Amino acid sequence: MKKRYLWLALIALSITSVFVGVKNITPLDLFSLTEAQQHILLVSRLPRLISIIIAGVSMSIIGLIMQQLTRNKFVSPTTAGTMDSARLGILVAMLLFTSASPLEKMLVAFVFALAGTFIFMRILDKVKYKDAIFIPLVGLMFGSIIGSVTTFFAYKHDLIQNISSWLQGDFSMVLKGRYEMLYISIPLVIIAYLYANRFTIAGMGEEFSTNLGLKYKQVVNIGLILVAAVTSVVLLTIGSIPFLGLIIPNIVTIYMGDNLKKVLPHTALLGAVFVLACDILGRVIIYPYEIPIGLTVGVIGSGIFVYLLVRRRAFA
Amino acid sequence: MIEVKNVSKKYGNKTVVEPVSVNVAKGKITSFIGPNGAGKSTLLSMMSRLITKDSGEVLIDGVELGKSKSSDLAKKISILKQSNHLNVRLSVRDLVAFGRFPYSQGRLSKEDWVFVDEAIRYMELDDMQEKFLDQLSGGQKQRAFIAMTLAQDTEYILLDEPLNNLDMKHSVQIMKVLRRLVDELGKTIVIVIHDINFASCYSDHIVALKNGRIVKEGPTDEMIDTDVLREVYDMDIPVQTIGDHKICVYFA
Repeated sequence: MKKRYLWLALIALSITSVFVGVKNITPLDLFSLTEAQQHILLVSRLPRLISIIIAGVSMSIIGLIMQQLTRNKFVSPTTAGTMDSARLGILVAMLLFTSASPLEKMLVAFVFALAGTFIFMRILDKVKYKDAIFIPLVGLMFGSIIGSVTTFFAYKHDLIQNISSWLQGDFSMVLKGRYEMLYISIPLVIIAYLYANRFTIAGMGEEFSTNLGLKYKQVVNIGLILVAAVTSVVLLTIGSIPFLGLIIPNIVTIYMGDNLKKVLPHTALLGAVFVLACDILGRVIIYPYEIPIGLTVGVIGSGIFVYLLVRRRAFA
Repeated sequence: MIEVKNVSKKYGNKTVVEPVSVNVAKGKITSFIGPNGAGKSTLLSMMSRLITKDSGEVLIDGVELGKSKSSDLAKKISILKQSNHLNVRLSVRDLVAFGRFPYSQGRLSKEDWVFVDEAIRYMELDDMQEKFLDQLSGGQKQRAFIAMTLAQDTEYILLDEPLNNLDMKHSVQIMKVLRRLVDELGKTIVIVIHDINFASCYSDHIVALKNGRIVKEGPTDEMIDTDVLREVYDMDIPVQTIGDHKICVYFA
């Protein structure tokens, strides 16, 4: 897959995304927008497009970083307890500070996500049996334990509905004024790019890193901070988009290898293209209603993933 | 010169390396030999800061390891552990390029690429440099990692069993490269090696370890000796001189 094609796909899908919706706006209308049309474009369609791209790019990239740092292709925010920890953080924020602003919620979620991911990494260190499938299973179990704590307290305080709204990723709620926190992901993605070489080296192990004079622990910690921050931002604004951080990096690394600096741009582009495509599909399939993005990504993504697994085995 | 002074290492209650002292002379190949579990690899790892030592000090050109910045040390001393288990999909060229990280922090200059190309040529990896590591045989992989170490261009090169997984041809090729690095470029090389005949044919100095202690050390000629080897390996090993080389016949 050439980068050029990904760019073309991104542009084509972006245009499509802007002009798909209940309220009819065609590209020709751009030159003579009525006030209502202009309003819809600026308040709903464009914010939606921007948030899809940011979420697709950043979730794919942190998935890639996680897989590199844990040296396991099946680790992602969904399979390492990061998502569940962040969700617990949101609940705690709602319980302790009833009138928490989104930013405060995000900070608490971030702290929890970070703590959860660190605990997962500590468990990884302790696990002697480093099987490729076993580790994400540990992560899923760990996530489920945290998830059950969240459910318990949410149930006690009548917050189940609130919490489940963060279970399903959904772009239809994205409106101007309610998604801007996502922009925090942009500098984080830039940091990820600047650290790409270091993440690749850290992925080769502590001894390998020390030999090259790299501060292994510091680099791993920076990686985990990026992961926790992006996860909590996306979770609060969009909700969880399952397996995104798992599928996209895997597709790209299968044909491009593990050199992060080379793989990052492709991962970012493919992530955006994939989420855009899934979102448009979700919007037209039962038009004028919508299927939430979590569902479309989950169904299409897991299909692709199984296909890739089988194909990879055939080549190996 | 690397000076190891009373360095020791314990894992729990088990002492892996008793306090040992040894000097590694500049411009020589020094081989660490000894039976399994003698503490050779542990000692090598402590000499290169990969693991912390419980006591003693390691001086490199008179400066204690812990007193230098790790990033500066990476330009002075490199270590390659057995790395065949690493399952990373990097191209050979990318891997070798990472050897330049201490100098470039990942932004390689033209000069850095010259080192990369040279290292690839030295290890005869030209025609597979775009291949991924996981497409290579064990021996090719090992050569790729050694090429990375060459690109790191350090004065001291420490190799932990560099001949692991290599066939005879490539073992000889690598030992010849190491010899050339010492003779032509004045590098100082320390290897942990199991095949004592390679140690005999290619090294200048041999350090024999057993149960975490140094049994004996000395010039290769003195060390390849039936009495010394009996002390190290608990085996009677006849030594024959073939051509200029002393060969140990330990197969029967």
